[in-house]
Amino acid sequence: MSYSLLVSLINGLLMGSVYGLAAIGLTLIFGVLSVINLMHGATIALGMFALYFLVTALGVNPYLAILPVFVGGCLAGFAVYWIAVHRVIDSSDLMSLLSTFAVNMIIIGVGTLVWSTSPYFVKVTLPDASLHGYTIPGTQIVAAALAVVIAVLLYLFLYYTRLGKAIRAVSNNRAAAELMGVPTHWILALTFGLGIAIAAVSGLLIATLFPFTILSGVSYELKSFVAVVLGGLGNPAGAMLGGLLLGLIEGGVAPFINVSWTPVIEFTLFVIILILFPSGLFRVGKGR
Amino acid sequence: MQAGKTSSVIRKKHGWLKLLKGNQTVFRRPFFWVIVAITLAFVLIPGLTGNVGLRANLWLAAVYIVLATNLNLMIGYTGYVNFGNIAFFGLGGYVGMYLIIAQSWPLWAACLAAGVVVSFLTLILGLGILRLRGAYFALATIGVSEAVKAFVMNFEPFGGATGMYMSFEKFEALGGARHALWVVYFVVVGLMGVSLVLSLLIKNSKFGLGLFAIREDEDAAVVLGVKTPWYKSLIYSASGFLPAVVGTLYFFKNGVILPSQAFDLTLSIEAIVMMMLGGQATVFGAALGAFAYEQFRGFLVVSPVFSQFQLVIAGILLLLIVQFLPNGFMGWVYRKLPWVRKVLE
Repeated sequence: MSYSLLVSLINGLLMGSVYGLAAIGLTLIFGVLSVINLMHGATIALGMFALYFLVTALGVNPYLAILPVFVGGCLAGFAVYWIAVHRVIDSSDLMSLLSTFAVNMIIIGVGTLVWSTSPYFVKVTLPDASLHGYTIPGTQIVAAALAVVIAVLLYLFLYYTRLGKAIRAVSNNRAAAELMGVPTHWILALTFGLGIAIAAVSGLLIATLFPFTILSGVSYELKSFVAVVLGGLGNPAGAMLGGLLLGLIEGGVAPFINVSWTPVIEFTLFVIILILFPSGLFRVGKGR
Repeated sequence: MQAGKTSSVIRKKHGWLKLLKGNQTVFRRPFFWVIVAITLAFVLIPGLTGNVGLRANLWLAAVYIVLATNLNLMIGYTGYVNFGNIAFFGLGGYVGMYLIIAQSWPLWAACLAAGVVVSFLTLILGLGILRLRGAYFALATIGVSEAVKAFVMNFEPFGGATGMYMSFEKFEALGGARHALWVVYFVVVGLMGVSLVLSLLIKNSKFGLGLFAIREDEDAAVVLGVKTPWYKSLIYSASGFLPAVVGTLYFFKNGVILPSQAFDLTLSIEAIVMMMLGGQATVFGAALGAFAYEQFRGFLVVSPVFSQFQLVIAGILLLLIVQFLPNGFMGWVYRKLPWVRKVLE
């Protein structure tokens, strides 16, 4: 029994790091642009289908597919910024919410036409780890490891490159950054692209684990919201921790209650945290 | 001493009545009569012709108008983006249907109870989540909507994930299924008229001015003496009442209620699209947007060419409105033809 709980917690932690990566994509965009990206779910779904296409049609190794998906995500995000977000970035919250949701509707609509809503599956075989008779799928371990690696790379990019510094400057104070000669609109576009690319890659990682449909993104979008709120809106390191915590909660309650109750716990927690700790539970990456 | 107490009670009561002050002459407003005319048209055209297809069309339009108009109280008037507005409709439907099916309540009592229960829960909830502003509030409403949905899907008395089915015998109390559908239609049209008048009354009241002040600058509103927590909670709660009642009637007409239909996040957003299409913060605009969107969607669904593209076209439409016409159709009309403001509000 205790081993089943332990394995469940490990599984949760592994899933949690993928949730955390998805949440980083969302929180990066919110932190820098103050836009809640409602096309997050659609982007995750597109990442899933990008993997399907690259693996079945071109025979690419599923983990090498991360590179083209990342680049493609960046370019797509860049384009969406100039088409849909740029004009509304300075108006009310409602406008940017609706703008990104409109793009979401278009993606889901086109995706439904192309792929219908039937499930797809990408077969990835890796040796499984086992612990006292319980197996932990190898794909899950690799996905979690890659999610953490990508998150660390993003951290290094944000804190140790000039461009990363510019992004942080814009996030901190856009007007001041503009005065210092930072081309803020290009930085905003770049950040949006980066956020989209990270979401797409997290979708790719999820697609190596489970079957998916074009509508699968929605549930991961909601999980990203929860993770982001747990970690504090706009805080990438917090989002990763929030994702891990969310995974631990899922893993921790799984052996005891019916799995369909998990969302009730998650969203209740979400609302309570939002009211009581609107800046998140963690104080990492925020200085003193 | 006793007399002083009584007079203070009266003053207090009068204080709340004063919230709707400025409306003594509502009958003299042309727009009031426009609302009456619209409601009568909704009643008479299908009622006299007996055209069931037209009734089905207008039925959905009336439901959408109620949703969009009440959402407008929150987003358009107060500036708080409520993404979970569908939870009012869905939860109202569930409470009402539960009372009708499991407790054999009559329809009118179930409707009223649904409205009261939802409004009360919203009031309590509002005192908590309305402390959040902007994007934080919007996120909280998504969370609330999803939490309620997840709860209902697991709640056995509400039928869990498979929902609740109503036997057709329940229609007998209203004189059989055919008759009952007409009755429900007329009631919803009546509620549509009520929500439009309510929007008009609030817009022209002191209460409405307070809400507009909150929308423009909440901190300044506090300084000027607007009791913002109460105003916000009150409007949040009020904007849940009629959608909850209509939710009961909607699912009563369908005879079945499912969690996926009752808490459809897409319909939440569609309600926002309707409001934006017609023009937020205008009473007529929200209603017109709902009507136009319903007609447009009906056209897309039946059209052989476009039925596949319904979501794509709705998305493109929304994107265009947000980018180029943020004040909606009525905003554009007001700018081009300022005299229209005297007739339509």
